[in-house]
Amino acid sequence: MVENIDLSLVDWSRGQFALTAMFHWIFVPLTLGLGYIVAIMETIYVKTGNPEWKRITKFWMNLFGINFAIGVATGIILEFQFGTNWSNYSWFVGDIFGAPLAIEGIMAFFMESTFIAVMFFGWDKVSRKFHLTSSWLTAIGANLSALWILVANAWMQNPVGMRFNPETARNEMENFWEVLFSPTAVNKFLHTTTSGFVLASIFVVGISAWFLLHKRDQMFAKKSIVVGSIFGLIATFMVIFTGDGAAKDIAKHQPMKLASMEGLYQGETGAPLMIYGFFSGSDEERLKEPKEDNFAFNIPVPGMLSFLANGDFDSYVPGIRDMLYGNDEHNILSFEERIKRGHVAQQTLKEFKDAEKNGNTTKYNSLKAKFNDKEWLNTYMKYFGYGTYYDPDPQKLKANVLELVPPVTIAFHSFHIMVGLGTLFVLVFLLLLFYTMKNKIEDTRWLLWVALWSIPLAYLAQQTGWLVAEVGRQPWVIQDMMNTRMAVSQIGTGAVQTTFWLFAITFVGLAIAEVKIMLTQIKKGPKEGGQ
Amino acid sequence: MFESLSHLALQEYWWVLVSILGAVLVFLLFVQGGQTMISCLGKTEVERTMIVNSLGRKWEFTFTTLVTFGGAFFASFPLFYSTSFGGAYWVWMIILFAFIIQAVSYEYRTRPNNFFGERTYEKFLFVNGLIGTIFLGTAVATFFSGSQFSVSEMNQSQWEVPAHGLEAALNFFNLSLGLAVFFLARVLALLYFMNDIDDDTIIERAKKRLVINAGAFLVFFLTFVVWLMLRDGFAVNPDTGEVYMEPYKYFNNLIGMPVVLIMFLLGVVLVLWGIFVGIKSASRKGIWYAGIGTVVTVLALFFLAGFHNTAFYPSTYDLQNSLTIQNASSSHYTLTAMSYVSLMIPFVIAYIWYAWRSINVKRIDKEEMSATDKDGHVY
Repeated sequence: MVENIDLSLVDWSRGQFALTAMFHWIFVPLTLGLGYIVAIMETIYVKTGNPEWKRITKFWMNLFGINFAIGVATGIILEFQFGTNWSNYSWFVGDIFGAPLAIEGIMAFFMESTFIAVMFFGWDKVSRKFHLTSSWLTAIGANLSALWILVANAWMQNPVGMRFNPETARNEMENFWEVLFSPTAVNKFLHTTTSGFVLASIFVVGISAWFLLHKRDQMFAKKSIVVGSIFGLIATFMVIFTGDGAAKDIAKHQPMKLASMEGLYQGETGAPLMIYGFFSGSDEERLKEPKEDNFAFNIPVPGMLSFLANGDFDSYVPGIRDMLYGNDEHNILSFEERIKRGHVAQQTLKEFKDAEKNGNTTKYNSLKAKFNDKEWLNTYMKYFGYGTYYDPDPQKLKANVLELVPPVTIAFHSFHIMVGLGTLFVLVFLLLLFYTMKNKIEDTRWLLWVALWSIPLAYLAQQTGWLVAEVGRQPWVIQDMMNTRMAVSQIGTGAVQTTFWLFAITFVGLAIAEVKIMLTQIKKGPKEGGQ
Repeated sequence: MFESLSHLALQEYWWVLVSILGAVLVFLLFVQGGQTMISCLGKTEVERTMIVNSLGRKWEFTFTTLVTFGGAFFASFPLFYSTSFGGAYWVWMIILFAFIIQAVSYEYRTRPNNFFGERTYEKFLFVNGLIGTIFLGTAVATFFSGSQFSVSEMNQSQWEVPAHGLEAALNFFNLSLGLAVFFLARVLALLYFMNDIDDDTIIERAKKRLVINAGAFLVFFLTFVVWLMLRDGFAVNPDTGEVYMEPYKYFNNLIGMPVVLIMFLLGVVLVLWGIFVGIKSASRKGIWYAGIGTVVTVLALFFLAGFHNTAFYPSTYDLQNSLTIQNASSSHYTLTAMSYVSLMIPFVIAYIWYAWRSINVKRIDKEEMSATDKDGHVY
């Protein structure tokens, strides 16, 4: 089915998707959080009638607008890229994935784009309350946009609520609510959006700290810090809480991702969580030559990974090798066996299609029955995607097994950087609030510098978060069902290379423009309303 | 409610919804049309600012409608989505690039220290207006002229020409619709400016431009329609699903669906009336006639492509690989679930209408554009 696919096409298509997604995600989290922060500030203005709060609102709203435009620009590519570069995937899951995308357009995008116009152009055209409502609806619309695409992403990590239809050779939705409310989707939505709130809060307190460091607009800066810190602190706790939920979910549905995030090659009971560490040797070497200790340096906390994964310090967490080669004691099926079973499922589908074409009704019906038989589905169809790695030569098959391990080093570092930074932000918000309440914030220059430098760190945390989520699940586009090789559009590698570079150049140009405009507006300060 | 409908009824319902989105999108392309005339209608800085701001308060509707059009197609007819986007790669990529550079241009154009400079952002808007309209029109024309793709038994599609969609733009039939859409967008933009901008000089210039652009639109539109009525079309045998060529298929569809015929004629008349009102009278209402006329006409064209046993995305490589609303659609369950979501559409239209009215309550004029002490946001 996919034997002849050029691997460089897959890599360039992945590169292009990663480029657009990561670039898009530079701007989206700020939109998600700053929308609410602006709406909160405007609420205070409407409640108190104090024009100082209007000035504050308009300053941050102005930055919101600059950031929003580029987020929109990059968002459109992502939606269409599912079709342009991943057309086989689009068909395979279109019945499920398309629905959230269409709902997103109907419900969220229009809400966002309608009310943002009122937000910017309506100050002297509509009533104060209608304007405030519009600001809230813009923020809610932005977050609703995130809901549906994250539901779709969560479904790819943990496909639920569907069944495979052999006649159309695709997955079809059976239960919309199961797709929408799967724990993976709920955790992903809350974890991702609240992490956006944290980034936006860091952005607000960091820029306010810059004003304080330059002894400019101090009232404005302090008021902004209070709103940013409180909002940020609440959001950070939500991020931690949902992060814990996400980890348990990963342990259940994507154990390979969890093992990679922690560099756990050999499963154990009371598995340790690494505070940080550095591997010895490359990913490939560690896979091919098993060693007692895979780290050159690490700080482990005993039992913590077991607790994180299963809520029990003494529980067992499977390692990469247990999954690759199986573990009878813990009832873990080897990847080699999964590949063989996946191959059976794929062959059955082929035979079914042949029977359909040749009009062999008896065979057609008997094979169709298999796709409705729960036991067969659980034994073979569950591993459908693994079949792509099948090779009749046992040696080659053994070698193919290793392709099912994600890049461990990237997953490990991304995960630990994300978690470490999240913890740092709690401290930053707490300290900022403490010193602001004590009215000593403008004199605590070291903290102001920390707040300012937290801005790039918050962006780093966002990017690493997505790296864990997406690199950690490789090679799957849809967990256990479809890998990147099967999903890609049949176009020339040269075409994708060309568009990759065109995107890269366009994005860099736009990013330079955005940052320059943003910095100029920040330096102008709130006095002129940021205009 | 929707559960009890047949799969075909749901497919038809979603074809109507997708068609409505497409039709509204073509109307909203007036933003793109206007972007191609910023410098010829605005000779001074403040005139250009008025024009840009008149469009700038609406560009997101067009953009969002395009995205929703794509999303709705993905959800309801995923095989079209995967076949067309993954196959006609270059056409869609060119359209995408044209829209990326638009999205930032309004917000960044007059900002200090904006890296590219004001004129570059205006050029971005021009490029978006030119390419966005022509290529979208060309892509839609392939609904009638067909494309060279194949679909395997596993429903995996493949484009069979190395140009990956660019070949569509070299076909004069397709191009005639592309150019008709381009000039229609300009006509609608001129009528919109007459409605939205309070400036005699701009209105005067717009009136003059309207004559030329309306003429060009009519030439290309009539070329397309005559060609469409005379050409063979892609018919589907409803019993066997077999696709075959039928002479005068789209003319037959028009006659076979009197409602669509009436819609088509009514739409065209409304567009012409809107243009006439714009040229000959002092009324500002031309955009409403032409706008509604555009929506109704495009809707009729989409119905011609998808209904009356017609393949809406034909394959000239292998007729039997052609896509119909039946073989390209989502499952009964998904269409049902989405149909419930579609019940929100009137509510969405209502709030868009309300917000649009509240922003357009006062026409754009020089005073508003040059006022820096007020609360207004000027691009």
